[in-house]
Amino acid sequence: MDKVEIYLPILIMVAVGALIATVLMGLSVLIGKRTRSKVKMQPYECGVDPVGDTKHPVPVKYYMVAILFIIFDIEVVFLYPWAVIYDSLGMFGFLEMLVFVAILITGYFYILGKGALKWD
Amino acid sequence: MNLSGANIDFTLLLPEISLAICGFAILLLGVTKRGKDFGFGLGLFGLIAALAFTVQQWGTLETGFFGMVTKDGFSSLYNIIFLLAGIISLLIAQTYLRAKKIDKPEYYALVLFSILGMMVMASSYDLIIIFIGLEIMSIPLYVLAGFHRFNPKSNEAGIKYFIIGAFASGFLLYGIALVYGAGATTDLRLIAANYHSMAQQAPLLLYAGVALILIGFGFKVGAVPFHMWAPDVYQGAPTPVTAFFSVGPKAAGFAALMRILDFGFDSMDEIQSVLWILAVLTMAVGNILALFQDNIKRMLAYSSIAHAGYILVALTVGGEGAVASGLYYLLGYTFFNLGAFAILTILDTRDGTDSRFSELTGMASRHPFLATLLAIFMFSLAGFPPTAGFFGKLYIFSGAVEGGFIWLAIIGVMTSFVSVYYYLRVVVACFFTKADHPFQQVAMNPYLALALIITAVGALGLGLFPSSWIDLSRQAFASFL
Amino acid sequence: MNTVLPLIVLFPLVGFLINFLLAGKLSRKLVGIIGSGTVLISFLLSIKAFLDLTALPADARIISDTLYNWMAVEGFSVDVSFLLDPLSAIMILVVTGVGFLIHVYSIGYMAHDEGVGRFFAYLNLFMFSMLTLVLASNFLLMFVGWEGVGLCSYLLIGFWFERDSATEAGKKAFVVNRIGDFGFLLGMFIIFWNVGSLDFQTVTALAPSAFAIGGTVITAATLLLFLGATGKSAQIPLYVWLPDAMEGPTPVSALIHAATMVTAGVYMLARSSALFVMAPTTMMVVAVIGAATALFAATIALFQNDIKRVLAYSTVSQLGYMFMACGVAAFGAGVFHLMTHAFFKALLFLGAGSVIHGMSDEQDMRKMGGLKKYMPVTFITMLIATLAISGLPGISGFFSKDEILWQAFSSDLGHPALWFIGMITALLTTFYMFRLIFMTFFGKERMDEKTKSHLHESPKVMTIPLIVLAILSIAGGWIGIPKLFFGATNFFEHWLEPVFAPAQRILHSSEAHHAASTEWGLMAITVTLSLGAFALALRFYLKKPETVTRLRESFPGVHRLLYGKYFIDEIYDRLIIRPLHFFSIFLWKIVDVLLIDGLINGGAFLVGGVSRVMRYAQSGRLTSYVTVFTVGVALITGVMLLLGYSIGN
Repeated sequence: MDKVEIYLPILIMVAVGALIATVLMGLSVLIGKRTRSKVKMQPYECGVDPVGDTKHPVPVKYYMVAILFIIFDIEVVFLYPWAVIYDSLGMFGFLEMLVFVAILITGYFYILGKGALKWD
Repeated sequence: MNLSGANIDFTLLLPEISLAICGFAILLLGVTKRGKDFGFGLGLFGLIAALAFTVQQWGTLETGFFGMVTKDGFSSLYNIIFLLAGIISLLIAQTYLRAKKIDKPEYYALVLFSILGMMVMASSYDLIIIFIGLEIMSIPLYVLAGFHRFNPKSNEAGIKYFIIGAFASGFLLYGIALVYGAGATTDLRLIAANYHSMAQQAPLLLYAGVALILIGFGFKVGAVPFHMWAPDVYQGAPTPVTAFFSVGPKAAGFAALMRILDFGFDSMDEIQSVLWILAVLTMAVGNILALFQDNIKRMLAYSSIAHAGYILVALTVGGEGAVASGLYYLLGYTFFNLGAFAILTILDTRDGTDSRFSELTGMASRHPFLATLLAIFMFSLAGFPPTAGFFGKLYIFSGAVEGGFIWLAIIGVMTSFVSVYYYLRVVVACFFTKADHPFQQVAMNPYLALALIITAVGALGLGLFPSSWIDLSRQAFASFL
Repeated sequence: MNTVLPLIVLFPLVGFLINFLLAGKLSRKLVGIIGSGTVLISFLLSIKAFLDLTALPADARIISDTLYNWMAVEGFSVDVSFLLDPLSAIMILVVTGVGFLIHVYSIGYMAHDEGVGRFFAYLNLFMFSMLTLVLASNFLLMFVGWEGVGLCSYLLIGFWFERDSATEAGKKAFVVNRIGDFGFLLGMFIIFWNVGSLDFQTVTALAPSAFAIGGTVITAATLLLFLGATGKSAQIPLYVWLPDAMEGPTPVSALIHAATMVTAGVYMLARSSALFVMAPTTMMVVAVIGAATALFAATIALFQNDIKRVLAYSTVSQLGYMFMACGVAAFGAGVFHLMTHAFFKALLFLGAGSVIHGMSDEQDMRKMGGLKKYMPVTFITMLIATLAISGLPGISGFFSKDEILWQAFSSDLGHPALWFIGMITALLTTFYMFRLIFMTFFGKERMDEKTKSHLHESPKVMTIPLIVLAILSIAGGWIGIPKLFFGATNFFEHWLEPVFAPAQRILHSSEAHHAASTEWGLMAITVTLSLGAFALALRFYLKKPETVTRLRESFPGVHRLLYGKYFIDEIYDRLIIRPLHFFSIFLWKIVDVLLIDGLINGGAFLVGGVSRVMRYAQSGRLTSYVTVFTVGVALITGVMLLLGYSIGN
């Protein structure tokens, strides 16, 4: 059926993605050196101590980075649908995306200049 | 997708683009050592450039970007209002920010971005674009309200405005979704064209959607009962920000409401009864609560609610004459309200002030010029001839009578009589009350003087030549019919 | 804009703007030159406009100039437009002419004052407003001028704001005038409601068909307009602000509170004469109030010791004369007296100012005396003005006053009683004016040594306006010499005839039928009795001052009553101001303390359900805001859903 066929590229994409992930993780299992300690074995909780007082203060810098990451991450997601219909948008689409990226980069330089990414 | 008729013409967006570029430039320069001082100048430059482009666009009627952007007389007039509000609030801001030691370049960038959002709101027939404009406008405003970072009240203002603003945006978006559900479009032109079939097929979705859209913008213009944030936010925010708040977002909200209600849903007559109630509540609550305030900023907050009520009257009546009078009123309000706030800002640059009525005593003898101007603005707010406030109210209420809304007009006139009391209180405090301590002198500078001259000339000019301005407003409104 | 009329109005505004915006940057000299110069230009332009008007045939003497359409709402259109007819032509000549002289005088008078820039700015703004008032072609524009002169009056009374009394006086003038303005506004609305226009010419033309003669509507409208006039022109019961207004600088008293602004009420009545004559009741009220004010104020003036207060009460009294004339439909006579009064009263005030200037700011006449030798020019000019106001035959005041008295007696609406009151007032006027002259310029020199050593005649810039005004006070009346004298027509009346023709048509009045001998007789009585009053003043205040003391001791009650100005201020205080004060305290206690504080502080006691909700709601807590918001959402969405449901079915 024709309708299924149009999903083929996506399927290939999923397969490639899965492959890369598997290969990379497999490689690290095979090649990497392993050290086991108590801390290492704890469940991962975004760097926050999973046991203890929940009102433990977290450095605001941490949130700063997290929020900025999310903003850029989400904005980058917009590039995907754009890439998919790039052909039909033509020059206009290219210009629009340039503007979009320029705005993102401006923001990036701003936070860089403000020192928002400096941990110390 | 057919792109042949898209009409991608960036010149259409020149005003917005100039604001964006200047905003970004301010931000980028702001992180360098020397560039910090360029904020004010660049901001002013951007606004004036945008104003020049907007004036140049006057009289055109063009649609571009797949029908998402429309530049017509209506958007031009509103954009002029936003830009004037921006220019005036910028002129008064620098002195204040310096005095409070919060003169950061981000302030000017945020004002520019916010105005950019307002201009987007006024320049589209598409509900989604209007919503995006609203968000572009609102997010900088949340930050601006809390701009005085080390002042708890300012922080409180920022947080309150943000939370309720987000709450209201949710309703607005939900409303847009419901309207989309009813008609499978967010384009107001299509909605207007297919209104009757939509109302036939899915009346509940449509009505609920319009109700929620009304609520979303009701928050922005400060209509009762969505006004509760206004006094706290107005009082807490830095005074020049309050000045900007009282005009900019309000005007933007009305721009969207006028386009949506008087164009898109023009055939929905039932909305009038809801607007009627909103208008009456807004005028009554705003004016009555303003009576009881000791803080001038808070009083002006309630007063701005009441003024939103007058414009809601125009909206309730609908039609060319009424909406044009609403536009005229908004233009006048921009001048005289910003004028009042400009003087308040000048007074607030002194140390240890809290904009209380008692702080005005003795002002007339120390600063007769400022006191006289303040009196002119108060008379204008109260609606005495020959100021813009008088003619605005005259046009709105006589329009209401013509449209058959006699009770609305009577209630409006009565509440505006009430308002005379609290506006005159300011005049009495400056001119007639004996000062028990000498009035603390204020410092003037050319920027402040310029802001005062613009606002005073505007408030009086609109009053002395109302006919030409009301014609202008009519033309603007006629452009989207 | 094709006539000079807008320019006449505009020039003082230019002067105002320059002096106001550049306050403190210009030299004193330049400020004075700009202030007076702009008014001089206005005066010259007024002469030109006047000549243009005379060039027209008598029954077509109207020049109007519409600047632009001010506002147009459905069925309601008002232009910003000026109207020059014989009436407003006289007014602009008087306003700019006398105004110019007073501006020049002020250069000398305010020479040492710090706020001279502010002073001239306000003075020019006043001229602008006054000319707008006079030249306006409709009620609304006139009202704008009316409010403008009120504002300037207030600003100038309180000019020396360091003095508490000046601020208080300004406040009083402001409040009292608001009462009058309210009347004006209401009267204007009634007229518009019935005629559908506010344009003077339209209203005059349509009045006979729009109103019934003697009807309730026209009576109410004209009474309300008259209330406005009593406020501005200081008539009973709203006269109380004028004597206090003397706190302002003396040139202000001369310009605003004697020559021009206070006559605005008379002008307004003359302007709407066609309306007033349709309401006989109003006419009677106007005549009676005018006569009563004339007499009442004259008696108060008898024993005041402050030189400016005597003149203030005298002004009130003379304004009463003018209203009496209007009340008997002798509008021409009223306007005639308005003009001559502008000359001699301005002169009296400026003379008094010169005296005060020379006396190092002393205003109490008991501390003056013998000044004639130190200030000869001031003395002679003031004497001329006194003769004019006393009605010495041949001088301006005589003709205008005589005309009013004769009309009060002979007009269809007149009554001998009105004549009698007017005549008594004339005697009292002669008495108190000569008392002023004798106490100030004759007799013992009662001032202290320091003041005496500083005594000097005022500079030329002040005395020349005095001389010019003195000439006008003598000759100004010659244009209105009654027919009785040389058989020639009264030029002034003739000039104004077209303006009042509509009113006369409504009245159907004809020439008075009284014999010339009656007029001669009445005139003789007035003059003779005035001479008697002069003799009395001479005896009391110059020859035998002790008689006054004796008289005062024999009639202590009368003296106290008159000296205390009938205690009207006190009565107003007890009857109106204190109750209002109590009322406001009551409001404050109840509303402010109970209600508002309750609302704001969240006190335990509640006033009602509504306020409970309000107080609770505006608590500053975000949750309650969101609650109210949500309730609103529910209500609006609910209503809309119901509406949508009803449509769907």
